[in-house]
Amino acid sequence: MNMLILIDYIPLLLRGAVVTISLALLGLLLATVLGALGAAGKLSGGRIAGALVRLYTTIVRGVPDLVLILLIYFGGQRLVNTVGDLFGADYIELSKFGAGVLSIGFIYGAYLTETFRGAYMTIPRGQVEAAQSLGMGALATLWTVSIPQLVRFALPGYANVWQVLVKSTAVVSIIGLEDLVGLANDAGKTVREPFIFFSAVLVAYLFFTWVSQQIFNNLERRYALRGHDAG
Amino acid sequence: MRVDLVLQNWELFAGGVWVTAQLTFLSLFFGFCIALPCGLARARRVGWASPLINGYVYLFRGTPLLVQTYLIYYGLSQFEFIRDSWAWIFLREAWWCALIAFTLNSGAYATEIIRGAVETTPKGETEAATALGLAPRQVTWLVLIPSALRRALPQYGNEVVFMLHGSAVASVITIQDILGAGRTLNARYYVAYEGFITAALLYMAITFTLVMIFRQLEKRYLRHLNIRPAKKSHAIPA
Repeated sequence: MNMLILIDYIPLLLRGAVVTISLALLGLLLATVLGALGAAGKLSGGRIAGALVRLYTTIVRGVPDLVLILLIYFGGQRLVNTVGDLFGADYIELSKFGAGVLSIGFIYGAYLTETFRGAYMTIPRGQVEAAQSLGMGALATLWTVSIPQLVRFALPGYANVWQVLVKSTAVVSIIGLEDLVGLANDAGKTVREPFIFFSAVLVAYLFFTWVSQQIFNNLERRYALRGHDAG
Repeated sequence: MRVDLVLQNWELFAGGVWVTAQLTFLSLFFGFCIALPCGLARARRVGWASPLINGYVYLFRGTPLLVQTYLIYYGLSQFEFIRDSWAWIFLREAWWCALIAFTLNSGAYATEIIRGAVETTPKGETEAATALGLAPRQVTWLVLIPSALRRALPQYGNEVVFMLHGSAVASVITIQDILGAGRTLNARYYVAYEGFITAALLYMAITFTLVMIFRQLEKRYLRHLNIRPAKKSHAIPA
């Protein structure tokens, strides 16, 4: 076992780490948008919107992330090309990174739907009614009364989803994405030292989790009610 | 979607369901065996054990299951002394490596669940037991553990589903579980959706069966904690 071999591979592993982190951040961005839409759909009370959101969250909660990623990448590849053939297009290669972002965003958007909906329901109804009685419009109420509090109530759940999401990015290496796990796997096989490389990946993930924990602790303190615990 | 391919190969998927069920059940079982003593020791802050258990839980909860599985399957086999030892009988088999990784992973999550449940047990429960003359060991086994495990049920139900979904990682190290069967089907007939969609439906069916079972268990074992408004109004004499 040769620990020093890692030094030669630091640039490669860093490149992988950048891919992993970008994947996680873009995935979170998409998940936040989908989560907000999902929560809005559920809260709107509309029959069709509610049913669509329920279908979405049910599928995601019932199927492993790995299966969804494979389905979105390989299934999507086939779908795009079947449609492309109709228009006489050449073979289209889907981006692995794009498929990864799409999958991660799709999966965690479902979890954030619940987080946002729960947080919204925690806001006392009287506040919205008070804002209306003051003559504020629906949009102004949402923007200045509901959303600032939504951030506070949703933060702990949001932090939780992020921690699970980060670990989930590892699975995207299965479709051949050159992220931290994929590159470490290749490098470990090349130099016949998989143990060291996978240990390094574990340490890197522990570091990601630790850093994000610090950031979220800070945010929760900042958005906490003065004189109250951060939840 | 060519359903005929799936139906023709139903035995492939039946085998996959069996392997997934085995891996999930066994890793949950052995994980629980690790978690019960670890969770209790953590809740009671046993001096020498607490930091060790903390390290274990932090490592396995803070990193992806896929990498843990890789480390055990690919990582350990690089060492000569492991290949020469008795452990190689197990570690050369993908199935055992997956089981070991899943067990350690589930053990870490369940430790946290049990620790939380033990810590939130009302002090009055154990004090009452002591006052009735139960020995410390009896208090632990007859009062503390049954009470804590009941309240851990909802979270443990989540962990069971999490493990079922996590077990799909086994297919990556060549095991023919549900997803493995789906990938085999796709490769054999050069199709893109059929195998994965079948796998997704099977996972979904198992997930919602498990969710339903846990809902029934919760109804039964947490009845004393459920104060339902419907029941309350029923109790008021008309």
